[in-house]
Amino acid sequence: MNKVSNQSMEQPVVSDRAIDSLRLDGNAAAGLLSEIFASDVTVGRAKCAGCGATRAIGALHVYSHGMGMVVRCPGCDGVVLRVARTATHLWLDARGAVSIAIEGQS
Amino acid sequence: MSPVSRGFRGRRPAEGAASRLPPGQYETRDFPVLSAGPTPRTPLSVWDLTLRGFDGKSVRWTWDEFVTLPRQKITVDIHCVTKWSKFGTDWEGIAIDTLISEAAAKGVKTSGYVLAQSDGGYTTNVPLADLTNGKAWIAFNYGGSPLPPEHGGPARLLVPHLYFWKSAKWVRELRFMEADAPGFWESLGYHNYGDPWREQRYAGDE
Amino acid sequence: MAIPGASSGTPATSEPVATARILWRIATVLEVVPETPRTRTVFFDVPGWPGHRAGQHVDVRLTADDGYQTERSYSIASPPGESRLALTVERLDDGEVSPYLTDELHPGDQIELRGPIGGYFVWDVETGGPLFLVGGGSGIVPLMAMIRYRVALLATAPNSAETLRTRLLYSSRNWDEVIYRDELSRLAKTDRTLEVVHTLTRAAPDSWTGFRRRIDRAMLNETAWPVGENPRVFVCGPTPLVESVAGTLVELGHPPALVKTERFGPTGTPG
Repeated sequence: MNKVSNQSMEQPVVSDRAIDSLRLDGNAAAGLLSEIFASDVTVGRAKCAGCGATRAIGALHVYSHGMGMVVRCPGCDGVVLRVARTATHLWLDARGAVSIAIEGQS
Repeated sequence: MSPVSRGFRGRRPAEGAASRLPPGQYETRDFPVLSAGPTPRTPLSVWDLTLRGFDGKSVRWTWDEFVTLPRQKITVDIHCVTKWSKFGTDWEGIAIDTLISEAAAKGVKTSGYVLAQSDGGYTTNVPLADLTNGKAWIAFNYGGSPLPPEHGGPARLLVPHLYFWKSAKWVRELRFMEADAPGFWESLGYHNYGDPWREQRYAGDE
Repeated sequence: MAIPGASSGTPATSEPVATARILWRIATVLEVVPETPRTRTVFFDVPGWPGHRAGQHVDVRLTADDGYQTERSYSIASPPGESRLALTVERLDDGEVSPYLTDELHPGDQIELRGPIGGYFVWDVETGGPLFLVGGGSGIVPLMAMIRYRVALLATAPNSAETLRTRLLYSSRNWDEVIYRDELSRLAKTDRTLEVVHTLTRAAPDSWTGFRRRIDRAMLNETAWPVGENPRVFVCGPTPLVESVAGTLVELGHPPALVKTERFGPTGTPG
């Protein structure tokens, strides 16, 4: 999946948090999560078990590589979801989400 | 059945490297960065390393104390479960054996299993027997320079004979346990032990 | 059998519930079109394609003849409603997948793709405007799908043009690497409610009078719609650019809920 390039990135840091170039958005989790959830969960809203903030899953931070995907809260960096793909299974740990609300089809 | 994409080859192992490669691996000349979270950037003035016995007794080194311990230079091959292997990586660090004997002098006792804990919350479990007798280090230099943050600096665990997810980046504590307990990836489908030569990638692999 | 409570003559059928389960489909290459020296647009025929929204992406899966597989994500360049699905791919020199897509694929070749994916980074007419689009490098791709979709919308609803006024701020290394350069120029010329602002970060033609630097706070201050106009903002490109731009826009007062981001990772494309 993603590799670090040697490009130098002299972007000005506009916030206290250092820019981690490997960080992606919740969109990046949509394909993998579609194998677990019946609908596009990135428009679902997750409540972080760490800090209580509720956000669309698309707005969460995603760290993804060959071992799996870790979805974190942008506010507290707590792990909201973890997904691992092994040779035979997809594993989901959703303990970092107190709740996930997905709008139903009428 | 997926159709074959005409002409697609993907990555293949380098010629002649086959005997040095564990099964299913290919050689890389890069050093890919895999991360499960934002890169911690702990200042050396704040950094410490703790060895904690199962009875709670612990010993702690500040950075200044840590780097004065007897150090070793090692060159090892490393193997990532995502299938890349990198040959001849140069590290400098403190052997876990050294830390354990220093800790014993202060009354901190070891036990059969170790949980490595890192800045950012990552954990991994390793049997004590896989950390002793020259098998593991806390490494702080890579390729002759200080270990950069994206590769685990200031210091990471280095256990080259197991898949590299066991070499916890940003390590801050080794906790001795009487019973084994799975760490971050071990609790999400990955193999509890992780021997690349027996291709123990996932839970259930022999 | 009579159903109690049902009025006679009314069949008790139910509407099929739209499942969003995303399947792997076989896509056949129809055409490969160069855009810039390092990018190509690949047009696919995807039988059964369920349609998509502007901003969504697909996962592409390649299989070697020994069964080895690998996947990458690519934003859809074509707007909703076209018969051919288009992906615009930038070749990464050390990429595993991108050089295959840009240099190897011929009409008739087959790959697998899964999609459409992602309901978060999308723009529909219901989202409204004005629209502020910020792209870096290949981050222009999903934004171009939005621009093309807007063109189709306004063809049938020209009175919406002002409400959906759009400004694109597009960062590229040099003029040769501006993807969709001529199409953007043509669209902006014929539609006064679409503005395209380029910034070139490494080299510019001698006659260049535009921005010549990375996107910064001053540039955003100058180009973004005023906060009071409630612009819908979409930012896409390499992660450092996206985080810097999104962070600055929020500092300038744009509500985070109206600033949607799609980070492409360190190199700007999935490789």
